[in-house]
Amino acid sequence: MTGTTLAVRPSAVGSPLRPGIRRRRGRRFLYWTATHAIAIALAIMFLAPLIFMFLTAVMSSDQTLTGALWPSSWHWGNFWKALTTDDGVMLRWLGNTLIYAVLATVFMLISSVPVAYALARFRFRGRKLAFVLVITTMMLPPQVTIVPMYILWARFHLTGTLWPLILPLLFGDAFSIFLLRQFLLTIPKEYTDAARVDGCGEFRAMIRVILPMARPAIAAVALFQFFYAWNDYFGPLIYTKPETWTLAVGLSTFRAAHHVEWNLTMAATLLTVLPVIVVFFLAQRVFIQGVTLTGVKG
Amino acid sequence: MAAVLSAGPVTAARARRRHRLRVLAFMSPWLVGFSLFFAYPLAATVYFSFFRYNLFQLTPVGLTNYKFLFKDPYAWTAIKNTLWLVAVMVPLRVLFGLGLAQLLSKIKRGGNILRSIFYLPFLIPPVAATVAFVFVVNPGTGPINGIFAKVGIHLPDWFNDPTWTKPGLTLLALWGIGDVMIILLAALLDVPKTLYEAAAIDGANAWQQFRQITLPTISPVLMFSAVTGVIQTLQYFTQAMVAAHVSQGNADQAGTTTAPGYPDGASLTFPQTLYNEGFQQFNMGYACVLALVLFVVAMFFTLILLRRFHAFGDDD
Repeated sequence: MTGTTLAVRPSAVGSPLRPGIRRRRGRRFLYWTATHAIAIALAIMFLAPLIFMFLTAVMSSDQTLTGALWPSSWHWGNFWKALTTDDGVMLRWLGNTLIYAVLATVFMLISSVPVAYALARFRFRGRKLAFVLVITTMMLPPQVTIVPMYILWARFHLTGTLWPLILPLLFGDAFSIFLLRQFLLTIPKEYTDAARVDGCGEFRAMIRVILPMARPAIAAVALFQFFYAWNDYFGPLIYTKPETWTLAVGLSTFRAAHHVEWNLTMAATLLTVLPVIVVFFLAQRVFIQGVTLTGVKG
Repeated sequence: MAAVLSAGPVTAARARRRHRLRVLAFMSPWLVGFSLFFAYPLAATVYFSFFRYNLFQLTPVGLTNYKFLFKDPYAWTAIKNTLWLVAVMVPLRVLFGLGLAQLLSKIKRGGNILRSIFYLPFLIPPVAATVAFVFVVNPGTGPINGIFAKVGIHLPDWFNDPTWTKPGLTLLALWGIGDVMIILLAALLDVPKTLYEAAAIDGANAWQQFRQITLPTISPVLMFSAVTGVIQTLQYFTQAMVAAHVSQGNADQAGTTTAPGYPDGASLTFPQTLYNEGFQQFNMGYACVLALVLFVVAMFFTLILLRRFHAFGDDD
């Protein structure tokens, strides 16, 4: 682009500079080709595992053990078979996963939005400390507190159920609080002040004025929470039993239960991945804005 | 604020009290959550670390659990593996993420599609990504090794070979580079264009511009990615566990493998020993010691991050 503007500059026309510019243009073209070639090659490599996964999912089970690339015959029924094998165990995992993900997301929103609002809007003693503690709990590995937590839930006779994974979200999620607060800080104070002058209480001001403006951030934390639950392996592994397994835990046992039927394992894996891919392409902007918000400002 | 508008000491005091109550009401979910799900279990972890506890019997054992840490071969294998991942996986992820971001920042047309493709694997559920990846690179079943063999490159049997297991996990982590890449891309696009223009006038070449302008400007974000990368790697669990599980193939139930860290302890990470001790062997007291080790190390890196606190855009 700058190359073209350079070329029409009067000083460059018919002057000794010309060969130099041509050379520079050539180099620019080479550079352009190289960047695009590398990017496309990398893109193919990034997609390859997913494509191989799909191709394997529609193979016959004998063919999956040959390391073949292309299915000799297409077995579309494998997806159905994976869903309904072992009396539809996958559907039960799916049901458990949905219970976990939906409730966790709803609970997280109810509890985290007011906290983020307070951290972004109110001035009070200990506010800074509270925010530091939020970041600390967000950063520390979940394994640090898992032993006493397990003992606590066992005492309430809730181990084996999904509740130990869901109930804590009624009490705020550090990551969501952090991300929402960062976003709320960008909304000018004048909006709530105006609402307050109109006689709105603080809570009403939050619900009526700020929440509609914070919709992108709320959508982002809701999506992140939903996918966190959908993808979570450590939590369900600790707390659930086979009846309450989620897709993540169930899928990790699928291969062992279907020794040589790699096609079914791949079909089940693909079925677990598919909702994530669909939602991602529908809500791409929300995702990418959300992730960017978690990074520091440069 | 309301307090400023109203006159008189009585109403001011009342307004202050109302303000305090309001703060308390808004903060209450987190206050309860923090005490119940963080402060209490952290204190309890310290307490239980002085006991032998299997969920039924609580026996005080003094420092035995701590002494055992130094003799426990599994713990040391796990510490070595986790350190390996911190030393290799984290820098590679930051470098690769920076490279991809730099590449994307140069591409105008089709950049959005490429960005989505590079970001996508990060979103794939870790269990699914690991199952798929282990299958694809398994020479017996997947096509990757076969394709490379055709051009004369012989790839190892990644997840069945102790020397290649951690490099295999690193490749898997590079596939899921999306998070690092997006943050760095945002940082790169934030660098003021005028800086590059000024440098170009001064005759700086692409490398000099990168060294003198790009790197210094995005260095806080690089450091953020590196430190959060270390903290994430300290809790690296799912992929290592599932990779061992899938490649071993004869595991009987979720979360168990006949020998932890298949093959030959190569995939045994620190959180996995904690899981094995606490939730397979039910040595809850000793698991608490392991949890405290994890806490101290993770806290160290969290403090590094918090020291650059202003980077989070705090207003005072």
